[in-house]
Amino acid sequence: MNTRSNFDNNLKQLDDMLIEMARKSETAIKESINTLIHQDLEKAKEIIQNDTVIDDLEHEINNKAIVLTAMESPVARDLREIIVAIKISSEVERIADNAVNIAKSTLHIGNEKLIKEIIDIPKMMNIALEMLSDSLTAFLKEDVELAKKSAAKDDKVDEMYGILIKELMGYLQQSPDKTNQITQLAFVCRYIERVADHATNIAEHVVYLVTGKLSNLNE
Amino acid sequence: MSTITTARTVFDIKDLNLWYGNHHALKKIHFPINKKEVTAIIGPSGCGKSTFIKTLNLMINYVPNVKMTGEINYNGQNILNEKLDLVELRKNVGMVFQKGNPFPQSIYDNVAYGPRIHGTKRKTHLDEIVTKSLMDVALWDEVKDRLHTPALGLSGGQQQRLCIARALATKPDVLLMDEPTSALDPISTLKIEELILNLKEKYTIVIVTHNMQQASRVSDKTAFFLMGELIELDDTSTIFSNPADERTEGYISGRFG
Repeated sequence: MNTRSNFDNNLKQLDDMLIEMARKSETAIKESINTLIHQDLEKAKEIIQNDTVIDDLEHEINNKAIVLTAMESPVARDLREIIVAIKISSEVERIADNAVNIAKSTLHIGNEKLIKEIIDIPKMMNIALEMLSDSLTAFLKEDVELAKKSAAKDDKVDEMYGILIKELMGYLQQSPDKTNQITQLAFVCRYIERVADHATNIAEHVVYLVTGKLSNLNE
Repeated sequence: MSTITTARTVFDIKDLNLWYGNHHALKKIHFPINKKEVTAIIGPSGCGKSTFIKTLNLMINYVPNVKMTGEINYNGQNILNEKLDLVELRKNVGMVFQKGNPFPQSIYDNVAYGPRIHGTKRKTHLDEIVTKSLMDVALWDEVKDRLHTPALGLSGGQQQRLCIARALATKPDVLLMDEPTSALDPISTLKIEELILNLKEKYTIVIVTHNMQQASRVSDKTAFFLMGELIELDDTSTIFSNPADERTEGYISGRFG
C-alpha cells in the first residue's frame, strides 16, 4: 500500500511543471537563435514578451514547493527533491533569460547584413541544449551517471566558445564598421555558453538529489 | 552507523538479544549511548523500541518469560550479569511513561516520594529537592501556591512534567522516556520538548517516540529499529537528511509497508 499517494502525486506534478518549463525554455533558445539566423525581428520581440510565461511557471513551481514543504513535512530524499525542484526551476528560468538576451541581440543587429552565415553558433547551441535535455532526463530518472556525462560536455562548449570569440575578434579588425554586430554575436556566444553552465548546475543538483552530497561537476 | 564506544558513553549495549518466550524480540543489538545527549528511538509498532528502552533499567524483568543474552554495560558495569541493587539502578536510570501517572497524593509528596524512600527525611532538604525538581521541569511557577493540593488536579501536560520532576528528584543521570507526549496536546508536547532540550545539559536522555518531527527536533542521535533489529543509528541530522539504509528512508518519509 502506498502510504503517501497524495504527496507522491504532488511531487510528480512538480516534476511535470519543471519539464514543461524546461521545454518552453529550450524552445525559446532554439527560436531565439533562429531569429538571429533569419534576422526575424518580429519573432525576436515575441520571444521577449513570452518570457513572462516562463517566469510565471517558476513562481508556480516555487509556490507549490513551499506549500508541499509546509504541509507534508518532507525529509531526506523527499526534501531534497523539493529543494532541487526549486533550484532547477531557477536554472531553467535563467536559461530562458538567455533566450531573451539572444533575441535582444537580434534586435540590436537589426537588418544589417551579417558578416558571415551563422553556422557554428547553432552547433554550440545544440550541444548546450543536449546537455539541458540530458540533465533533465537524469533528474527524472535519478541517474547520476547521465548527469555526469551531461556536465562533461561543458568542456566542449567552452572550447567552441573560445574558438568563436577568437574568430569574431579577427572580424573586428577586418571590419571595424561592423563592431556592433560582432559584439552582439560575441554576446550571443556568451549566452549559449551560459546555457551550458546552467545545464551543468542542473546535473549537479541531480547528484545532490540522489546522493545527498553537494558536488562540483565543472572544475 | 555510529556504534563506536567512547569515554562519553554511559550505556554500552553489546550483542543484546531478548526473547519473550520463543519470540526473538531484540536481535544482536549494539548500541552506545552518549552522556548528556538525547537519543531518540523510532520504528513501527512491534519493532522492539519500547522493549529496548525497558532493558536499560531492567523494567523488562517485570514481563514474564523474558530471556536476555549479551551485555548492557551501564557506566562500565554489565547490569545483566552482575548482582546489582535494582532500586539503585532505577534511581540512577529514571523513567517517564506515555501518560503522566502521578500518585494519588499531593504535588509535593509526588516529588518527595523518591528522596523519602531513599532516606531523605529533613524537611528543609526535601523542600529544596521539590523546589529544584519542579523548577527544572518549568512547573514551579504554575504550582508553587498549591503544592499540597492533589497532583491529579493538574492538567495532562502538567502531570507529565510532574512525573519528570519526580524522576529528577532522585538525581538520576539517565532519563528514559517512553512516548512521553503521545497523550498530550500540541502545546504541552512542545513544552516537554523544550524541557528535554534544557534537561540534556545535566542528564542523558533516551526517548522512544512515534512522532518523527519530535525525534528530529529534540534528539542528537536517532536509532531506527525494525522487527527487533537496530537498522541504523546515526546523528539525527544525518538520519533525517540522508539516511544510509533504504528501510530508514522508507520509514521516516512515511513510505513504509
